[in-house]
Amino acid sequence: MSRLPKLPRGLSVASVLRNAALIALAAVTLAPFVWMVATSLKAPDEILTRDFHLWPHRFWAAENYASAFAAVPLGRYLLNGVVVTATILALQLLIAVPAAFALSKSEFRGRRLLFGAVLFGLLVPYHAIAVPLFVGLHALGLLDTYAALVTPFAISVFGIFLMRQFFQGIPGELVDAARMDGMSELAIVWRVMVPAAGPAISAFAIFSVVAHWNDYFWPLVAVSSDTLFTPPLGVVAFRNDDAGTSYGPLMAAATVIVLPLVAAFLLAQRRFLEGIAFAGFK
Amino acid sequence: MARIEIDGIEKRFGRTPVLRGIDLDVRAGEFLSLVGPSGCGKSTLLRIIAGLTREDRGTIRLAGASVDQLPARDRDFAMVFQNYALYPHLTVAENIAVPLVMRRLTAAQRLPFVGRHLAGSRAARAAIEADVTRVAETLGITKLAHRRPGELSGGQRQRVALGRAMVRRPKAFLMDEPLSNLDAKLRVEMRAEIASLHHRLETTFVYVTHDQAEAMTMSDRIAVMMDGTILQIGTPDEVYADPDTLSVAEFVGSPKINVIAADADLATALGLDIGRVPDPQGLRLAFRAEAVELVEAAGAQLSGSIVHLENFGSDLMVHVATATATAPLLVRRDPHDPRPRIGETWGLSIRPDRLLAFDKAGRRLRSVVGGRA
Repeated sequence: MSRLPKLPRGLSVASVLRNAALIALAAVTLAPFVWMVATSLKAPDEILTRDFHLWPHRFWAAENYASAFAAVPLGRYLLNGVVVTATILALQLLIAVPAAFALSKSEFRGRRLLFGAVLFGLLVPYHAIAVPLFVGLHALGLLDTYAALVTPFAISVFGIFLMRQFFQGIPGELVDAARMDGMSELAIVWRVMVPAAGPAISAFAIFSVVAHWNDYFWPLVAVSSDTLFTPPLGVVAFRNDDAGTSYGPLMAAATVIVLPLVAAFLLAQRRFLEGIAFAGFK
Repeated sequence: MARIEIDGIEKRFGRTPVLRGIDLDVRAGEFLSLVGPSGCGKSTLLRIIAGLTREDRGTIRLAGASVDQLPARDRDFAMVFQNYALYPHLTVAENIAVPLVMRRLTAAQRLPFVGRHLAGSRAARAAIEADVTRVAETLGITKLAHRRPGELSGGQRQRVALGRAMVRRPKAFLMDEPLSNLDAKLRVEMRAEIASLHHRLETTFVYVTHDQAEAMTMSDRIAVMMDGTILQIGTPDEVYADPDTLSVAEFVGSPKINVIAADADLATALGLDIGRVPDPQGLRLAFRAEAVELVEAAGAQLSGSIVHLENFGSDLMVHVATATATAPLLVRRDPHDPRPRIGETWGLSIRPDRLLAFDKAGRRLRSVVGGRA
């Protein structure tokens, strides 16, 4: 009979294994980012060498970041990214919240059918309808504008669905009380439902911002002038602009683009986790 | 304070009829309870009065004018809900202020930040604040003004809900089982408080409850509802002592009224004049626990053995199993009188003037009157 070595209080073999697995997973996930940041700090001749080292021998950050900002209007791309994701999120909430309220708390004919349509919409990835969207925007003469980047995402069925599920949990009596207190239906939406739906709204905001900040496919289709480029397009434009592929400035640009999301995550870490837990389990 | 006339209200949910033609006249300033078992349609009726649910047929008039086309917010009623329905993100004071903010301030004045600086906004907000303070003082919740509903106990929440209803002096108060989430002791306390509130405000109250004790203790009049119809409307005394149907007699009063099946002979023996009953088949007699006394078994018309004693301190309820009734009959007895014991056989003497007779369908036979035996 073999005896396991005695472990300190609170540590069991299972928990050690579990944490080891998690650490390994985290390392695999983080490695590319670490490599990206490390590369952005290295001199060109250090990047493609046979010997493996993480920390640069010669510190080349200033040069890499300066040439990243000099080669392409990175600031402009970042600003585009902020404008586009913020507008998309604002429009999505403006539409999804009242729609979800109607689907959850108003009685009207065809409500179930409409909710069914929302669920059906969830099944269709937007890539599948990219061509009709493109043709439609072309017909409207909106291609290569901010509108082309924003409008296809203004109505989020995922947002409607998420909000509706959350509103289902808010008691009908609260809505009735608001009606008795003299609120119109829209006043109920903005004064009662929105304040109560904080967790759902932040969960949705996280998904929306991450998806549209990182989106490469649609901006690539919708815009061609580089004044409208969003950050992911910018990185690619950067690579094409430069004759030889200079990885140092490229990684510097990539780091700059990832930074806002990382900063946002660190600032709102708790909400972020709450939001993901909420969206996952609800 | 206003009269509410309810005329021929019908409502179905899908194919199920919930209200089958309700007529009810709520007098200005009275406290009227709608009481009945769950599912009888009383809450639906209240929601129709409030304007939260649309009736299929019928009409509702407030102070003589039809309100059928008015949405809830324009009917000028205040409602208190079973689950309090306070706004969780607002403080107690803000909760109470909502009806005033929505009615006294313009849409522009309600805007965040900007609204405060618009013309007239400052004065209106000060007036609202004064009203909220006054109501909070009346209800004894001044100290809670800056807490949120999540930090309050059930009783405190219900008080805030009352405050939100009172603050704007509505034409009538509609209450939907407001006390049923409170514990027994608090319920009795709040019962007295709501009744005294009614006296002070002199406003019409329509109060929905499944608890007949609440209805009995607070109301000017009670409407007993079952299966979507009103069985009887009357003062608590009338409904208790002079019920129209056996269902009303059985629903109202605690402990439940005693019911025995009786043939003509037994009824006559108990001192009833049943000569005018055309069909004594299926005759049932009912009497309250306080209308019957324990007597010597010998010579008594009804007798049985004692199966259970319930001592309430103020009263002793004696459960007597008899051959005539399936359930034991309840007899109220003064606890200071000599105590009977379980297993003993006693006779029952019922006051004939308190005996109620019902026909096969449960309708009251008012022509059957008891004399002194």
